Amino acid sequence: MTDAISASGLRKHFGRTRALDGLDLRVRTGEVHGFLGPNGSGKTTTLRILLGLLRPDGGTATVLGGDAWRDATSLHRRLAYVPGEVALWPNLTGGEVIDLLDRLRGRSNPGRRKELLERFDLDPTKRTRAYSKGNRQKVALVAALASDVELLLLDEPTAGLDPLMEAEFRACVEQERDRGRTVLLSSHILSEVEALCDRVSIIRDGRVVDSGTLSDLRHLTRTAITAELAGPPNGLSTLPGVHDLDVQGDRVRLEVDSDKLDAVLASLTSTGVRSLTSQPPTLEELFLHHYAVRP
Amino acid sequence: MTGVWPLVRLALRRDRVMIPVWIAALVGMSVTSVLGTVGLYPDAASRTAASAGINGVPSLVALYGRIYDPASLGALSMIKMDGLGTAFVAILGLLLAVRHTRAEEEAGRLELVGAGVVGRYAALTAALIVAVGTSLALGVVTALSLIACGLPVAGSFAFGAAWMGAGIAFAGIGVLAAQLTRSPRSANAIGVVALGAVYLLRAVGDTRGPEWLSWLSPIGLSQQIRPFAGERWWVFLILAGIAAVFSAGAYVLHGRRDLGTGLLPDRAGPAHADRLLHGPLGLAWRLHRGSVLGWAAAFFVLGAVCGSIAHNLGGLATTPQVKAMFEALGGEQGLTNAFLAAELSIGGITAAVYGIQGAMRLHSEETSLHMESLLSTGVSRVRWALSHIVVVALGCTVLLLAMGLGASLTDGRMLLGAALAQLPATLVLVGITVAAFGFVPRFSALGWAALVAFVLVGELGPLLRLSHWVMDLSPFTHLPKLPGGVVTATPLVWLSVVAVGFAAAGLAAFRQRDMS
Repeated sequence: MTDAISASGLRKHFGRTRALDGLDLRVRTGEVHGFLGPNGSGKTTTLRILLGLLRPDGGTATVLGGDAWRDATSLHRRLAYVPGEVALWPNLTGGEVIDLLDRLRGRSNPGRRKELLERFDLDPTKRTRAYSKGNRQKVALVAALASDVELLLLDEPTAGLDPLMEAEFRACVEQERDRGRTVLLSSHILSEVEALCDRVSIIRDGRVVDSGTLSDLRHLTRTAITAELAGPPNGLSTLPGVHDLDVQGDRVRLEVDSDKLDAVLASLTSTGVRSLTSQPPTLEELFLHHYAVRP
Repeated sequence: MTGVWPLVRLALRRDRVMIPVWIAALVGMSVTSVLGTVGLYPDAASRTAASAGINGVPSLVALYGRIYDPASLGALSMIKMDGLGTAFVAILGLLLAVRHTRAEEEAGRLELVGAGVVGRYAALTAALIVAVGTSLALGVVTALSLIACGLPVAGSFAFGAAWMGAGIAFAGIGVLAAQLTRSPRSANAIGVVALGAVYLLRAVGDTRGPEWLSWLSPIGLSQQIRPFAGERWWVFLILAGIAAVFSAGAYVLHGRRDLGTGLLPDRAGPAHADRLLHGPLGLAWRLHRGSVLGWAAAFFVLGAVCGSIAHNLGGLATTPQVKAMFEALGGEQGLTNAFLAAELSIGGITAAVYGIQGAMRLHSEETSLHMESLLSTGVSRVRWALSHIVVVALGCTVLLLAMGLGASLTDGRMLLGAALAQLPATLVLVGITVAAFGFVPRFSALGWAALVAFVLVGELGPLLRLSHWVMDLSPFTHLPKLPGGVVTATPLVWLSVVAVGFAAAGLAAFRQRDMS
């Protein structure tokens, strides 16, 4: 499988601020890739480098097989971008902006445009200065989704959308994936990423600290276990990887590093298990794991 | 009124460069004007002759105003500042008023501020305080500078009061206009049209009469304070009254409307982009259209007025002074030509004002993130920038042609070519602005600095007997004096080459730099 996006060792400074510090990112063709990180971690800078709007101080960025800086214009005909902060010309209508952007990409699709306007419940005759933040976001989304491109770069695209529209957006992204499009979805809304993304890259302080499928990443974190046993447990506290152990009679609650699960389960079954619930780590815990605990 | 002072401080912090620069430029113009006049007309007799010459030519009275005390050094030396200078002061008042009301509201910042512990009228009040305070500061600094130049104290303060009056009157007009429209651009446009109208009203009142027309115009009223010519201080109260009435209107309208709305309603627009809005060029035209058409209308009127004045100059040789001036300039034809050439060169400089402002749109499109949306589609950087540059260059051409057309219609001669001869110098300033945008986008305003420098060189060069190479730095030096002068192609071609060179260098730099 080829890579739609492949960046390695990207570095970028703004004055004395270090925005990117050797960032590596690989997005495979046809996948929805989550790009996770808190505010100011370098997500937008990365996207702007991928778009050729910024030139990296070091490293290489390849998009759809071309150089992100050198081949920017020809690449842009094959991709669509929804910026995190959608700025529109105040005296144009939403419909005019959508048409203009799609004409500039050279890939307008009138049928799809009409369908998307209905799905997102957007009035195209309003001047954009009269739109709310969410409606401005919709203009950019409709323009991007209505053009038949290979790659969608979405920078926090649901900021400002209500839950109904968010659900509509998710359905749209799933459709795009089914059509074989590649999507890079920058976000800090974890449930969105968890629901949509095949693979995830987590960025922190300008570098990717973790990348892989959600199940890959989960191996690195803890599973929460609650069990009712046949008798009092023994030896659990001495097992490696067990945390927050709480024993009340026959009931046990604990967290265990996901790669040390075997030993814990063996210990539990040796006592005899009456009931057991286990919760895999949520993306949120995964995220906090990378951010709260500094190595 | 809670929260007014923090907002005033915020506004002053934002304008900490803009306001001092404006004041320095206006005061600088006044001081150079006085110093220049002292050298040219050292005694009362020479001043009386010069004043009679100016008062005898209605075109000049229309353009600047009347000199009410012919022997007074102050009245003669400040005549340009009384006219065009006062118009600039009015623009300053207008800009400040709109900038801190409607512009903040459209940007959504007023919403952020308004949710704090801030009264409903706080922003409006703060904008008025800033505009009135700036006008006051301008008046005082100007008066002190004129006194330092040796002009009488009373007249100097009267002149400061005249400027301050114009500033506050247009601040009032500005805050009212800001209530009407949703966009700050439209509010500014309303104010500028109002300024044009009252300037014209004064021109008609001062020349053809009836005289009371001038008293309907804030510009005319400002001149009726008559600095250096038997000061009439009470006229200032009328200007203050105008400011108060317009501001009161703004308060009433502000209290009746919602945040973010204007009184003039927004109409629904087309659901689809038309054929014209097809590429970056179509978009650039759409974005510049309103301002090009507005400026073109003003240029047409200016041309028509100048042409009509020039056409009637012949019948005015009634006084011996004017007759002598006629002879010196080569008879009636010579005078007409000299007048038109001077007016067309002012047209060229004004077209450069449009050109710089238009080219600076590149920078504002970049900072407002509009550029990002376009450059992430299949539009190359150069094509995007060129589309704006082409529209602005064509806009400059249209303005000059509009002026030429207006002048041709009223003068009766074909003046399109004479007007168009200004274009290469105008484009040099567009080129400089593009170069600044390409190399250091933060310094896009460099075009303004260049224009001010060129105009100063043109005005002061002959006065200070600056050497030729300094004068030659200004593109306007190289333009032929048309109509009547000799045209050689070489300087026009070179100016065009320089303009293209600046623009090309700017584009090359822009291709290589980061988006800011």
